[in-house]
Amino acid sequence: MSTPTKTGSPSQAPLIWLVAEREIGSKLRSKAFLISTGVLLLIALAGIVIGGFASKNTGSDAMPVAVTSQTASAVSALPNVKATEVADQAAAEELVRSEKVDAAVLPGDNPAGYTVIALKDAPSSLVSALSQAPDVQILEPATTNPLLRYFIAIAFGIVFMGAAATFGGTIAQSVVEEKQTRVVEILLSAIPARTLLAGKVIGNTILAMGQILALAAIATVGLIVTGQNAVLSTLGAPIIWFAVFFLFGFILLAAMFAAAASMVSRQEDIGSTTTPITMLIMAPYVLVIVFNDNPLVLTIMSYVPFSAPVGMPMRLFVGEAQWWEPLLSLVILLASCVAAIVIGAKIYENSLLRMGTRVKLGEALRG
Amino acid sequence: MTTGNLLLTGVTKSYGSRRVLDDISFGVTPGRLTGFVGGNGAGKTTTMRIVLGLLNSDGGTVELDGRQLTSADRRHFGYMPEERGLYPKMKVLEQIVYLARLHGFSKPDATSRATALLTELGLEERLGDTIESLSLGNQQRAQIAAALVHDPEVLILDEPFSGLDPLAVDVVASVLQSSAAQGASILFSSHQLDVVERLCDDLVILAGGTIRASGSRDALRAEHAGSRYELVSAGDAGWLRSEPGVTVVDFEGGYALFDADGADTAQRVLRTAVERGDVASFAPKHPSLAQIFKEVIQ
Repeated sequence: MSTPTKTGSPSQAPLIWLVAEREIGSKLRSKAFLISTGVLLLIALAGIVIGGFASKNTGSDAMPVAVTSQTASAVSALPNVKATEVADQAAAEELVRSEKVDAAVLPGDNPAGYTVIALKDAPSSLVSALSQAPDVQILEPATTNPLLRYFIAIAFGIVFMGAAATFGGTIAQSVVEEKQTRVVEILLSAIPARTLLAGKVIGNTILAMGQILALAAIATVGLIVTGQNAVLSTLGAPIIWFAVFFLFGFILLAAMFAAAASMVSRQEDIGSTTTPITMLIMAPYVLVIVFNDNPLVLTIMSYVPFSAPVGMPMRLFVGEAQWWEPLLSLVILLASCVAAIVIGAKIYENSLLRMGTRVKLGEALRG
Repeated sequence: MTTGNLLLTGVTKSYGSRRVLDDISFGVTPGRLTGFVGGNGAGKTTTMRIVLGLLNSDGGTVELDGRQLTSADRRHFGYMPEERGLYPKMKVLEQIVYLARLHGFSKPDATSRATALLTELGLEERLGDTIESLSLGNQQRAQIAAALVHDPEVLILDEPFSGLDPLAVDVVASVLQSSAAQGASILFSSHQLDVVERLCDDLVILAGGTIRASGSRDALRAEHAGSRYELVSAGDAGWLRSEPGVTVVDFEGGYALFDADGADTAQRVLRTAVERGDVASFAPKHPSLAQIFKEVIQ
């Protein structure tokens, strides 16, 4: 009954990949998933573009400025300024009052040679463009702009929570679906439970990483296109570290989600075992928003495996972490990852064929 | 080279203090269909799951060709679980191809085998449909394809005929028979005793976790034939009532169904009948499987 294509005991790698492929394929075919990913990427892009405009204060549109014949040459040489020549001071003031222009530059008898007229606030960009700034040397640079820091904290927190919850939820549902439909009995008569688990974790990790990399790419392109190269140069390394930490952090979470889901037999019961893990992935988000300016909390977060993917890139971004710190944290994360896989696989193997009521954690660990 | 002789010896299993399988021993032979019958909760599914390694037994052995069964052997098993399950949102062909590949077939081989098998099972129009869009009967056919697609040497089917209309029963039965003809060892459970009776070569009857009867169908029927005979003769068979050692069960004109107290008595009745007129038929009356089943599980 055997044919040449059958192998006695094949290596598990192609089987793991086969399972991973199915996980990815079935997710990519889900319209809901594709649409939500598209929306997520658009939101990220919009956030960066809006942030870019906001950080430039004036926006990229040229500022309309009224000038007289004496000042026209000086002003029209400035970037981002649209000069409108008027006859005299009265006409210029009239344009400013009617808000047709943002400011007017008139000849003045002060050392600079100009007087700037504005309606309410001083047009700082215009003023600084007109003034000749002396060289500035800062001995102790101030820490990062607090608003930017806050937004970056939210961004890392939300991306981590979003991707971990989405794909952790996916792996949990996929485990229970196999249990609930009993297809797991057929699968296990063909391949070992560990192979199945490995395929599921790898498949969903690839999906999650794909989303993270797409977000990182959008962020990079968005920052370049909107001319925020300065942000990019400080954010580049943290984004790469975030991706690395997320990769192993997600494997850790995926193993936990799969093990937790294998303990129940119906989709309705998933929450009863996965809620604690969902809490774990929400914690970094909440903590980083509340404590993004608290070095102690951030330092602790950057070493705890579940929050390291958010905490460490954040500390790198604000420049508080030493070069060796992400490496040490990564080692801790890797060790937890291995532990989660070993324990998770045991729970998974022991629970997968137990139908009906929820399997108790003690039983799942003992087997 | 395995040939697929499956042998269970003294298999036991308890859930807590409740013993669900007690000293289960029987064999499944290549090229033969073995029917596995028993009431609800008799232990059929538990036995099958132990054979497949989905459940550990508390004692006893399961051997293939005289060796302890390994998980590598089980990769060449086909299994249809009692509670049906395939991925609801996966397409029929894709799903069967996936399972064949999990069993070690290359993608092109898996595709051609799955297509051929699904066509044989009458699903050629539905290859691109999702499982959840199929009728229950068609889902069942897909499930059978899932068990058979990797050309297993041992097939374990838990209630393969439940939920099928008579035509589908015939389709599935012929697929199983051709699989057996190619040398597969097939164990299938069923509540439809008439189907089992028609299809199986060997029979295992389970009740309350113990084997009540096992062996070839014909041997079992002969064994439980008892001493019931059927006589169809030209004349009136009323004389039988006064024959010594004969108990008439049913009687109408030339037809009589009777129990004899021995083979001698039966032969004497036949001779007398021939003397009294033409005999159209005289034969020991084999009990139906349903009768044997009722008898052995009591």
